[in-house]
Amino acid sequence: MERNKTYNRKKICIFCFIIFACACLLTGRLIYLMIFKHDYYTEKAIDLQQRERQIKAARGEIVDRNGVVLATNEAVCTISVIHNQITDEEQVIQMLCKELELSEEYVRKRVEKVTSIEKIKSNVSKEIGKRILAYELDGVKVDEDYKRVYPYNELASKVLGFTGSDNQGIIGLESKYETYLKGQDGTILTFTDARGREVEDLIENRLEPVSGDTLQITMDYNIQAYCMQAAEKAYLQKEADHVSIIVMNPQNGELLAMANYPEFNPNEPFTLIEQYAQYAGTEEESDYLNEMWRNPCVSDTYEPGSTFKIITTSAALEEGIVGLNDSYYCPGYIMVEDRKIRCHKTIGHGSETFEEGIENSCNPVFISVGLELGVDRYYHYFERFGLLDKTHIDLPGEANTIMHKKENIGPVELATISFGQSFQITPIQLATTVSSLINGGTRVTPHFGMSVTDSTTGEVETFEYETLPGICSEEASETLRYLLEQVVSDGSGSRAYLEGFEIGGKTATSQTLPRSENKYISSFLGFAPASDPEVLVLVIIHNPQGIYYGGTIAAPIAREIFENILPYLD
Amino acid sequence: MAEKKREVNKRKEKAISYFDYNLLFLVIFLVCFGLVMLYSSSSYICANSAKYNYDAAHYLKLQLRNYIIGAFGMVFFIAVPYKTWKKFGWLAYFVSFILCVLVIFIGSESHGQARWIYIGPIGFQPSEVAKVGVIVFLAMLLERIPKQLKSIKSLAKVFAMLLPIIGAVAYNNLSTAIIIMGIAVCMLFVASPKYSHFVVVGIVGIIFAVIFIAAAGYRVGRIEAWLHPETADPGDVYQTLQGLYAIGSGGLFGKGLGESLQKMGNVPESQNDMIFTIICEELGLFGAVCVILLFMLIIWRMMVISNNAPDLFGSLLVVGVMSHIAIQVILNIAVVTNSIPNTGVILPFISYGGTSILILMCEIGLVLGVSRSIRLESIK
Repeated sequence: MERNKTYNRKKICIFCFIIFACACLLTGRLIYLMIFKHDYYTEKAIDLQQRERQIKAARGEIVDRNGVVLATNEAVCTISVIHNQITDEEQVIQMLCKELELSEEYVRKRVEKVTSIEKIKSNVSKEIGKRILAYELDGVKVDEDYKRVYPYNELASKVLGFTGSDNQGIIGLESKYETYLKGQDGTILTFTDARGREVEDLIENRLEPVSGDTLQITMDYNIQAYCMQAAEKAYLQKEADHVSIIVMNPQNGELLAMANYPEFNPNEPFTLIEQYAQYAGTEEESDYLNEMWRNPCVSDTYEPGSTFKIITTSAALEEGIVGLNDSYYCPGYIMVEDRKIRCHKTIGHGSETFEEGIENSCNPVFISVGLELGVDRYYHYFERFGLLDKTHIDLPGEANTIMHKKENIGPVELATISFGQSFQITPIQLATTVSSLINGGTRVTPHFGMSVTDSTTGEVETFEYETLPGICSEEASETLRYLLEQVVSDGSGSRAYLEGFEIGGKTATSQTLPRSENKYISSFLGFAPASDPEVLVLVIIHNPQGIYYGGTIAAPIAREIFENILPYLD
Repeated sequence: MAEKKREVNKRKEKAISYFDYNLLFLVIFLVCFGLVMLYSSSSYICANSAKYNYDAAHYLKLQLRNYIIGAFGMVFFIAVPYKTWKKFGWLAYFVSFILCVLVIFIGSESHGQARWIYIGPIGFQPSEVAKVGVIVFLAMLLERIPKQLKSIKSLAKVFAMLLPIIGAVAYNNLSTAIIIMGIAVCMLFVASPKYSHFVVVGIVGIIFAVIFIAAAGYRVGRIEAWLHPETADPGDVYQTLQGLYAIGSGGLFGKGLGESLQKMGNVPESQNDMIFTIICEELGLFGAVCVILLFMLIIWRMMVISNNAPDLFGSLLVVGVMSHIAIQVILNIAVVTNSIPNTGVILPFISYGGTSILILMCEIGLVLGVSRSIRLESIK
């Protein structure tokens, strides 16, 4: 037996010392990592472990002036899959195909895609979402979401607009008031394990979503609904291309209705309406979708025709160059330089006063007045009445006036401008300008937005709109109202006459370009009560078949609208 | 005379009654702590994985089973006088060698390398058996030739005898081969009266390691990962970086027991090689230093036993076990703190293991067996 010698003991101690020294070094390393690099590694670790998940905020509602809900939300689900959490791919594919009624090919492609999260379908009803959750399949995620719902379908679709897949406003008021409507998505900060699965029982950092603000608009559901019906009726009876009706309060620019038939269904904004259905699936589909969404009252310009004589009249009255009893003679045409411009009544109106001239909508009378005003003065009023500028309506996509340059206006151009031809304005521009001329001379800003109500504080923010007083004198305005009332009571607008109400108005029939197509736009602009206008109606029928005179087909529509809304407004 | 005889008897009684309870309780404490940490680091993955039948205690149960078997092994080695094993020195050598060769041909694969031998349902790692085999063999051998150890030639001879085993182990488990080599070097160091040889051995060892690393292609990536973990190929550094995030985010007192986030699949093998990172994350620097202190206390107790062992064989047995534990602890912590390139070494008593736990417990049994033969008056 060999004894344990002293040198062995010494070496054991040395050996032990070396071990302790190593342990000390490692402790030093740990101190460096855990104290000095603590913040750095903690940040790295949190980056890795924490996931941000969004909670969708409900979009603000849109209500009419009486609180009727025109756009609201429905709670729906978004179904997605997380690839590396799926345990049984086949089962997931079969289940999703069955529940979501999707093709296997479509689902398989998405399920088999190696991404962190892949959306399968959004806007799935809550019921289906619950059913999918009940399968308890790994890797299938059901997230709550909101879907925009328009309870009245086509009603005012081109005004309201619609929302896209992320609930963002695409056109119309939805787009214009996006900042108020959209709300603020909340977030949940969760900790996830290496497979991306959320770790339960850990305190979540939750930021609640803030719902969007409620937008109240000046539209009146009843008037809008009635106007849509009237537009539809005219559309069907006259086999028109489309029919637009604007109802606004001329005193403050509040728009009560803006109907454009055919409308589309904002609940299914990507489905072409019947009229364009044949283009579905073709290359032109997106063009026709844009056409379908377009709001012609705001985005399209047209030659206003005789309704523009109101502007010529105002300019002349303001300038004081016509009296109501000034006499004119209409032989059925008028020579301007070497051009013979015809009156719509080819045999001529004969001798007539200015008042009779406007009642008859006699072109030579207005050409004479226009020429008397001269280019400078006419252009000055054109600008002063706000016709060169946009109306600044709170709808996106407003078109500019298409007008001659001042230096290019000769007598012939001036003559045609005087009765509303050779230039183009939008319907909303015409309605706004006439409103401003008949309300005593205050240029108003047409608008739908009335106020927004904050979803959390309940605070109401009322919108203010710019007005510009003094674009014409009160007297000129009063005379204009009188003259336009005469047009309805005794003249070409007589079919808009409604017993017991004083209605003013002006008819128009204009031929669209190119003239050779023989397409017409019939329109009527009316307001009531004539002495103190509360409501202005503009009816425009594009390309009616058969009789196309504004006084014959557009005026009765305005009359019907007045008949229904005047008692209602009182 | 009678008085003297009585005194001798007393001494004899005392001598028989000595037992190093310090070491026993330190080990029991470490084992219990290890079980808690094993459960903490493995429960989340187990509870969420079909592979483990959603049983959070999957690893805990297996580890408990291993410790129960290990406890029997320990008691066996305490009960049998350690001197008995001297006769089995050569047997241990040959059994270790044969098993390590066998595993190359009939081993079962895990993590790409065949390391297990199955006898019916029972599997074990021959490389772990080889550790204890080498300890017993070397203790036996070195006790016979202490004087010859002065010459470097005999040192080389001893090493040459070990080469077959080390080579067979190195074939598919390099880290264990390094550990066995380390154990051998430590035992030779203690047994030899010289110092200078070991400086040479140390230098040669380092050169050898560098050449080996450079030669084996797949290890170069590990070196790159070690030097620049943030910029290296993510595949190579994933484990290292995740471990560092766990350690670094622990801070002074950690996130609290069971609160680790990195154990949720981010740190691979969190119940195994990387368990120390979870200890750091949950218990902080404080906990980590406590664990290191525990190991050092165990080393210290072993040093005391070794110093007082009645013979060189017992002393060398204890030195072998001590170096085995010390090397594994140091290598494991050095790896997880990215102080050295990544290599798979488990943390004794804490990491999950089957054969390794059994072997460790047997080794503790050996050490405690040696402590039983210490005569009290010889303690200084």
